[in-house]
Amino acid sequence: MIVKRKPLTFWERLYLPAVIYGFKVTVRHFFKKKVTMQYPEEKWAVPAGYRGAPYLVKDQEDRVKCVSCQLCEFVCPPKAIKITPPGPVPNAALGNVEKGPKEFEINMLRCIFCGFCQEVCPEEAIFLMKDYSLVGLARKDMIYNKQKLLELGGTHNDTIQKWKHK
Amino acid sequence: MTNATPSAPQPEPVPTITVKINGQSVAVPKTQPHPVTGQMMPTTMIQACELARVEVPHYCYHAKLPVAGNCRMCLVEYGTPALGPDRKPLVNPDGTPVIAKAPNPAISCATPVSPGMEIYTETANVKSIRKAILEFLLINHPLDCPICDQAGECKLQEYSSEYGQAKSQFAEFKVHKPKQVDLGPRILLDNERCILCTRCIRFTRDIVKDDVLGIVNRGGHNAIATYPGTAFDNNYTLNTVDICPVGALTSKDFRFQMRVWFLKETKSLCASCATGCNVVIGSREGRIYRYVPRENDAVNAGWMCDAGRLNYRWIGREDRLKQCLIRQDGAPRPASWKDALAAICARLQSATAGSVAIVASARQTNEELFLLQKIATQLKAVTDSIPRVGAGDSLLVNADKNPNSNGARWLGIAPAELGANLPRVAAGIAKGEIKTLLVLGEEMTRHFGAETLRKLDALIVSDILPNATVSLAHFVLPGCAPAEKRGTFTNARGQVQKFMSAVTPPGEARPELEFLREILAGIGGGEVPGNVEAVFDWMAQVTPAYQGLTWAALGDKGLAAAPTGANQV
Ligand code: SF4
Ligand code: SF4
Ligand code: SF4
Ligand code: SF4
Ligand code: FES
Repeated sequence: MIVKRKPLTFWERLYLPAVIYGFKVTVRHFFKKKVTMQYPEEKWAVPAGYRGAPYLVKDQEDRVKCVSCQLCEFVCPPKAIKITPPGPVPNAALGNVEKGPKEFEINMLRCIFCGFCQEVCPEEAIFLMKDYSLVGLARKDMIYNKQKLLELGGTHNDTIQKWKHK
Repeated sequence: MTNATPSAPQPEPVPTITVKINGQSVAVPKTQPHPVTGQMMPTTMIQACELARVEVPHYCYHAKLPVAGNCRMCLVEYGTPALGPDRKPLVNPDGTPVIAKAPNPAISCATPVSPGMEIYTETANVKSIRKAILEFLLINHPLDCPICDQAGECKLQEYSSEYGQAKSQFAEFKVHKPKQVDLGPRILLDNERCILCTRCIRFTRDIVKDDVLGIVNRGGHNAIATYPGTAFDNNYTLNTVDICPVGALTSKDFRFQMRVWFLKETKSLCASCATGCNVVIGSREGRIYRYVPRENDAVNAGWMCDAGRLNYRWIGREDRLKQCLIRQDGAPRPASWKDALAAICARLQSATAGSVAIVASARQTNEELFLLQKIATQLKAVTDSIPRVGAGDSLLVNADKNPNSNGARWLGIAPAELGANLPRVAAGIAKGEIKTLLVLGEEMTRHFGAETLRKLDALIVSDILPNATVSLAHFVLPGCAPAEKRGTFTNARGQVQKFMSAVTPPGEARPELEFLREILAGIGGGEVPGNVEAVFDWMAQVTPAYQGLTWAALGDKGLAAAPTGANQV
């Protein structure tokens, strides 16, 4: 398609009316209520149900809830999760906890905060929390390991308490 | 073992009878061989359904085990032609026989078919029976799926979602049974998950003849246990993990290693003895996690031995040979494939006729041995391979621990008795007549001694792991494990079977076939097709033992080769 460019009229070639119109908009906003948030000094309070970064949680008796079923690893669309299963040798320090992850990594650069991991988890061990601003100085800093995920996730008031009742 | 006998002389043809399954007429043999004794037994309803490809859910029935009939999952409804008072079949006005429907359902795994029988597997009654059976099975079931190794290939999960119901009406507490019970060195049992189908008991009693498993305690506390003072420790225990329909029997080797749905499945062969059991390799991201047997009635029925199954860890070893080495000033130096092969070809080409010997391995594929044979002809080299003898048994394990001894014989690499040429080679080296030795995958210091090998002008070695021969070699070429390449083996019975590659070789290691064809071309032996299929087809054309075979025709289960003349054993 060929678009014909009409030559500018005399009024348009003056430019001045458009400049004045622009100034009017600017001046109007000077006196309006400000919408800009002074981030990062000022932080946004996220609404309930907001899907931020996924973290692992512990139950009220300090047990890791994740059982390393790897369903979240399977469902995660961008393959952000990498779990190392525990292998056959039982960890005596974990008491009657039969299975848990040896390592659990989420690559926060890959995570799209979709919430599938939370939805698929049969043990209610992973939740998308309120963090939306994750920083690191290197790519490897953005791969959160099990320890970090558990620290950030904290305790979940658990009604299942799988291992307590085993 | 009867069901592993390949082509036993066929008995007289079995008469067939016609039955109707869900309205479809099918002709089925009247009798079928018993999986253990081989005696002809009446065909059962479940076998007829199997032949008609109608699925009947079942737990205790297993085609390769005697029937137990204890799980009741296979209940179906059926009818037989009604007889009048004169013992003649009654006929409907339209000419069809009148069918008298049996008042009660029957377990299809133990009820023989009779002529004119009608089987109904999809009636409302059958469906509600399946629901009820599954509800019973789940009453005390722990629902451990998130931590259960069977999840993803569990018949209880599959049937529950296909035939079961979402809710349980059971309000009482579940019975708790022992978990993590150590049955033997390779098996861990979770009694809560067991559905008491007795497949494991029948397998070890009737197939392995090691009657150590049984059920103890009563009622809801029934549990699988070993006979007091014994352990479940024969060479076939891990097969029970495969046939256990649930996650009760778990392999200590595979336990909590990886979820099965991540595993890439590759059809392959066990390379630990001359039986050549068909296997499926489960791997993920270049790491092998498990071997499970693949059914092939001409070779291994559906079983494999524990030793062969667990013989895979070395493939992932850190110290694998990963690059070519050329010895310069007494020390091995890394080299590129191009330089290493060029140097080797130059060496071989300048060798005088008769001054080269080749020791191949009977662990190599038919195609590789075929190319080696061509190289040997070109160089007028004497060849042989190394016998590897261990203990065998009457079920599967062969005393010959080489997967391809017959291939080595029939392709003219080794004499009928493997290793018979070796003293000649050793003497030749000692006398200085043999100056160049090409060794593939064998540790030659064990056979010739390091001193003899040091006499060589050129020791060319291809291997997978470092060993004493590799450290003496002038040229080292990193090779592949069978799980990393494609090819065929000829098993002890002459079955030619192919295997696929499951994982990629580490570093610069390459399948032997690739560099052997470059060596052959480099010494003026002519161009060889670049892929395994074509090499196999060519080999089959020119080798009497493999006459008439093609790669494509081998299929998943292989074909019998026709060994000829003197080399046959
Ligand atoms: S939120 Fe989505 S993308 Fe992020 S880890 Fe969970 S499943 Fe993966
Ligand atoms: S977080 Fe949940 S879904 Fe993911 S491995 Fe752990 S238990 Fe399974
Ligand atoms: S045996 Fe099957 S149903 Fe039972 S816990 Fe294991 S996977 Fe789940
Ligand atoms: S352990 Fe498995 S195979 Fe053995 S009886 Fe129980 S469910 Fe059946
Ligand atoms: S399969 Fe028939 S009763 Fe178990």
